[in-house]
Amino acid sequence: MFTNMFAPEKVSEAVDIFLSDFPLALWETLYATVLSTLFAVLLGLPLGILLVAGEKNGVLPLPSWVLKTLNVVINILRSIPFLILMILVIPVTRALVGTSIGTMASVVPLSIAAFPFIARLVESSLRELNPNIIETAQSMGASPLQIIFKVMIPESVPSLISNFTIAITTILGYTAMSGIIGGGGLGKIAINYGYYRYKYLVMMVAVILLVVIVQVFQAVGTYLAVKLDKRIKTRRHHQ
Amino acid sequence: MIELRHLSKSFKTADATVDALKDINLTIHSGDIYGIIGMSGAGKSTLVRCINMLEVPTEGDVIIDGVNVGELDTKALRDLRRGVTMIFQGFNLLMQRNCLDNIIFPLELAHVDKETARKRALELLEIVGLPDKAQAYPSQLSGGQQQRIAIARALATDPKVLLCDEATSALDPKTTHQILELIRDINRRLSITVIVITHQMSVVEEICNRVAILDDGTVAEEGTVSEVFASPKSEAAKRLVYPDSAESTPAAREGERTLRVVFNGSAVTTSPLIAQMAMDEHIAANILYASTRTIGDGVYGNMLLGFPDDDEIVARATKYLTAGTGIVVMETRPEEQENRKEKGE
Repeated sequence: MFTNMFAPEKVSEAVDIFLSDFPLALWETLYATVLSTLFAVLLGLPLGILLVAGEKNGVLPLPSWVLKTLNVVINILRSIPFLILMILVIPVTRALVGTSIGTMASVVPLSIAAFPFIARLVESSLRELNPNIIETAQSMGASPLQIIFKVMIPESVPSLISNFTIAITTILGYTAMSGIIGGGGLGKIAINYGYYRYKYLVMMVAVILLVVIVQVFQAVGTYLAVKLDKRIKTRRHHQ
Repeated sequence: MIELRHLSKSFKTADATVDALKDINLTIHSGDIYGIIGMSGAGKSTLVRCINMLEVPTEGDVIIDGVNVGELDTKALRDLRRGVTMIFQGFNLLMQRNCLDNIIFPLELAHVDKETARKRALELLEIVGLPDKAQAYPSQLSGGQQQRIAIARALATDPKVLLCDEATSALDPKTTHQILELIRDINRRLSITVIVITHQMSVVEEICNRVAILDDGTVAEEGTVSEVFASPKSEAAKRLVYPDSAESTPAAREGERTLRVVFNGSAVTTSPLIAQMAMDEHIAANILYASTRTIGDGVYGNMLLGFPDDDEIVARATKYLTAGTGIVVMETRPEEQENRKEKGE
């Protein structure tokens, strides 16, 4: 199947497609990924905070049924395969965007799939925090909201950034999948040319680009997480 | 003044109720450095957390300067906590904030304006002796320095009470001494009442004026430090005063009288005290027990000396030994000796 992939006519055809289709596809992939991550964080971050702060021994205890419902909803959303979820939320997508086809439309299922994932990541970041720090803030007369916004979140920033990096690379993978039901981007190119029209070289180039984008996101995320973490600075004044 | 009245606290676990504190009654006067000492699991940490309601007592009252803390609403309790601050074994600094911002933190919580807060924090850095660490992050500091920043942070809101929960337990002896010096200095200069929770007798010896010994959730003994050290009455107190256990202390011989000599930061001298007494006063003391150590330039610990049953000799020895600064001498009570004899038989 891949035998004639590098035949001269295939290469020149791939170069043509690359020049005509890839700039837009790359842009679509990036903006679908970034926009979906943004929406998912907007929903997932507060939810993740509630999952930790709302516990019985948390700083802002919620009624236990609220917490249970939250957990069940998150688990249900997380257990639906993305491919199925995209189809299930088509009515929602239509209602919100007016169409179920195109890159903008794919942002809806992407956000819905990603926010429960982000909520869980935020939850795990916040749970890493030393509980004594929260007790200390309480001993100083901090209110629950002050603890959340001045202690829990700022102290978890490095871990949150690491986890958001995991999320954005995962969402990038989902955008590629959304090509199947009409989402735009590199995924669409890979499927349309590679799967439907046997232009494997084009598919390979799309995949390589996706790999490169993941590498860049991961490198930037790791850099920021390390740079912003004040715990691992070298000891200048060691005594 | 802090009064604890009939204070009890129980924790419910899945299959049992644990009584951490049972009917605690204590009075801590303003200006005291009050030690609460006990073995692990005695309930010390729970007790100190009841004072600022980090743990809500199951029964009883905590009254600080006439205010019943348990009756305060959430807002009033937060205000109270600005006046009753706390330092911890693990320092618990915010690792993502620099030292200056850590000290500003409680002021930020109290909505103090930025410029005032900054000025106050810089002053406090001076007080705790780390004026050059404003921009450093906690991870760049040693344990002792981190505790100093934590102390500065605890002082930011001008508290009248400072609670120290095993504040020196994670530090080496030299640093412990320095931190205790700082706490004593703060107590004197800023007239802040200090409550020190510890499992180390040396900490109580070094800075406290009164002590309560907590054993299995109850106050086993309470009094001035020299009293409790000189003649521990309860089993729990004896275990702490003679860490090698009371039983292993050699009993006084028949007809021998015993003096307990407590060294509470007395100056290190070049001459050995007991030998010097033998030469100067011609009194030969029988050393029954001794546990002393030198911290900084002070001697801490205690010694149990046996003397012949002669009022004149005992009086002379007492006078000679008390002449040194920071030394308290007490004749041990007859019942203690009785107990010993009974055990020996």
